[in-house]
Amino acid sequence: MTELSPARFNEQAAAALKDAPLQRALGNMRVGFIEKRRKAAEKLPEFEALRDAGVAIKTHTLAHLDLYLEAWEQKVVDGGGRVHWARDAEEGRRIVLDICRAASARTVTKGKSMIGEEMHLNPFLEAHGIEPVETDLGEYIIQLRRETPSHIIAPAIHVNKEQVADAFREHHTGLPPDRALDEGPDLLAEARTQLRDRFIAADVGITGANFLVAETGSSIIVTNEGNGDLTQTLPRVHIVLASLEKIVPTLEDATTLMRLLARSATGQEMSVYTTVSTGPRREGDPDGPAEYHVILLDNGRSDLYGTEFQEVFRCIRCGACLNHCPVYGAIGGHAYGTVYPGPIGKVLSPALMGIDAAGKLPNASSFCGRCEEVCPMRIPLPKLMRHWREEEFGRKLSPAAVRRGLGLWAWAVRRPALYRFGARFAIAGMAFLGRRRGHLKALPLAGGWTAHRNLPAPQGGTFHDLWRRRKSNRRRDRR
Amino acid sequence: MPASPTASPAESPTVALFVTCLVDLFRPSVGFAAVKLLEQAGCTVEVPSAQACCGQPGYNSGDRESAQAIAKGVIAAFEGYDYVVAPSGSCGGMIAKHYPELFAGEPVWQPRAEALAAKTHELVSFLVDIRGMTAVGSRLEAVCAYHDSCSSLREMKVQAQPRLLLQSVDGLALRELEAPEVCCGFGGAFCVKYPDISNAMVADKTADIAQTGADTVLAGDLGCLMNIAGKLSREGSKIRAWHVAEVLAGVEAPPIAQAEAPGSRGGGGPGDGP
Repeated sequence: MTELSPARFNEQAAAALKDAPLQRALGNMRVGFIEKRRKAAEKLPEFEALRDAGVAIKTHTLAHLDLYLEAWEQKVVDGGGRVHWARDAEEGRRIVLDICRAASARTVTKGKSMIGEEMHLNPFLEAHGIEPVETDLGEYIIQLRRETPSHIIAPAIHVNKEQVADAFREHHTGLPPDRALDEGPDLLAEARTQLRDRFIAADVGITGANFLVAETGSSIIVTNEGNGDLTQTLPRVHIVLASLEKIVPTLEDATTLMRLLARSATGQEMSVYTTVSTGPRREGDPDGPAEYHVILLDNGRSDLYGTEFQEVFRCIRCGACLNHCPVYGAIGGHAYGTVYPGPIGKVLSPALMGIDAAGKLPNASSFCGRCEEVCPMRIPLPKLMRHWREEEFGRKLSPAAVRRGLGLWAWAVRRPALYRFGARFAIAGMAFLGRRRGHLKALPLAGGWTAHRNLPAPQGGTFHDLWRRRKSNRRRDRR
Repeated sequence: MPASPTASPAESPTVALFVTCLVDLFRPSVGFAAVKLLEQAGCTVEVPSAQACCGQPGYNSGDRESAQAIAKGVIAAFEGYDYVVAPSGSCGGMIAKHYPELFAGEPVWQPRAEALAAKTHELVSFLVDIRGMTAVGSRLEAVCAYHDSCSSLREMKVQAQPRLLLQSVDGLALRELEAPEVCCGFGGAFCVKYPDISNAMVADKTADIAQTGADTVLAGDLGCLMNIAGKLSREGSKIRAWHVAEVLAGVEAPPIAQAEAPGSRGGGGPGDGP
């Protein structure tokens, strides 16, 4: 597979639109998630109030972020855990490797972690002789397929059932080749059997975190498969990968956000498994790891802190903005070429990679506003995308033709009389060309439009000219 | 021209029509329909000549400076009237929602932008919510699907108002889309900057319109309508498209992107009721 990149967004999107299996998978997704969220929200009378409460928690936390981060770190240390601050992906990878080497680790099980994706951890571990095993079913599937997640909560949403069966037949050798793998439960049972031994063999377990709780120094993960529990309790060492926006003050706050998370993500009232980890195994604990590490990846986040983009740190990674985005629904997640796809990715990726690298993404939105409408944390995603466009425009990174066109347009629009004079001729010409059919099939400089649709012909004459004529006629009639 | 100080806004307000650039250039009949409806609602309509565009293309392209310069012209030209009304949720939303944001923190222009924003409305919601209109007297023999434009729906809260008035159109039956809250793929410059994605979106929309069994699609924003009608026309569909104002006002005009069939003037299109 060629390396995906946000710089090639247009080509990747075009390829995705022609990818029949992908389009089939996306068609199934679009209906499911949206309906489930709608029903879950309707069933909870206080859903809107809950959103407000969630926003208030995050806003408060972000306003006192230093305080809560330090309080959380102290609690982790008091409980016998360790906190590692990683400036960037490379530093994060190095810390993971050091911990793994100290544990003489040969295999590592992993729960789903987008921070792990930001670190590009799997290829790095493999290159250093450590085998990472993804244990979330979706992550496991795409690991077999040598792919990256295409969705932040449903990493294999782009894969159809038949493709999963193909991947299992290829990689699960030693099983009867003619076994039945047609139904979801067949696939699930086989993955479960395969993973069982890997859980037990793992030396280190790596998970993400949905929340870091300052009050207790805990990390919380939610899953629907229970793979997180096995990943973090069986191995001797547990590594949590997280970032600063996961901090919440109290357990109570975390539960408020969890009620929003599950409903917004999958339409569940609650995820099936909620696991709270507070440090390594204590005396008398029946199980748990001997070592508990949290790696807090910055990766450009602190540069956003205190700017207009800070609102993006309210994100709880529910994926609702992806599920409801018509652009995501058309092209899926890989076309974005970034770790985070969809509307949240369009805002976050330029921060993590630079606007010069990811500038195409915040532009690829019709600003329909549905993402903001469904975001449980009310993040003004279109507004933040527009801020990136302003940054891009201000640094003269947008295409020269676009800038020239905009300059000419703005110059003309600010001179209404002159604008009208020019428009009169352009419109008359187009009206003439389109008068027979009522539309134009092609027009110079309008290829982007006429490639896929006809251009409705102008009726002829601008409103302002016709209005002026009508008014003078009325005056004349009155005389 | 400022409103006459003698007439109270409630009785006969003076409304400045923000024509919008697309209506001005492509479909003046929408502007005349708006004037007719506003006059039916007891308003005096003025059309300030110092208008071209609301500045949204610049604003959404990151060119804040141009957008501000254009917005200042619009504010100066329109702030003296009782109301500003646009036959578009998108342009109306730009003035009502985004102008205050555009001048946030500017001591002179922010209050002026906010004052203008407070009296700026999308046409159909203005007729219903502000002027109390509940019915119109036009007729159109049609089964109609109504497309909610994103800015009308989300920024200007236009949803029930057009449906209410359309129900009163003689001969018209309304059908709901399966996914009425999904964007049609227009998005201003988006549709030409990302033509393939936009095409996938509009193709979904025309399919949704077709599955309702409607023979006509209506909307309150000409951008969406040109996109949808242009796609229907390319697909060879017979489904007709009009701006909702044209139908409500009974203004005779051929459907968008379709030529007038010979001898059919007014025959199949909107007209005044019985």
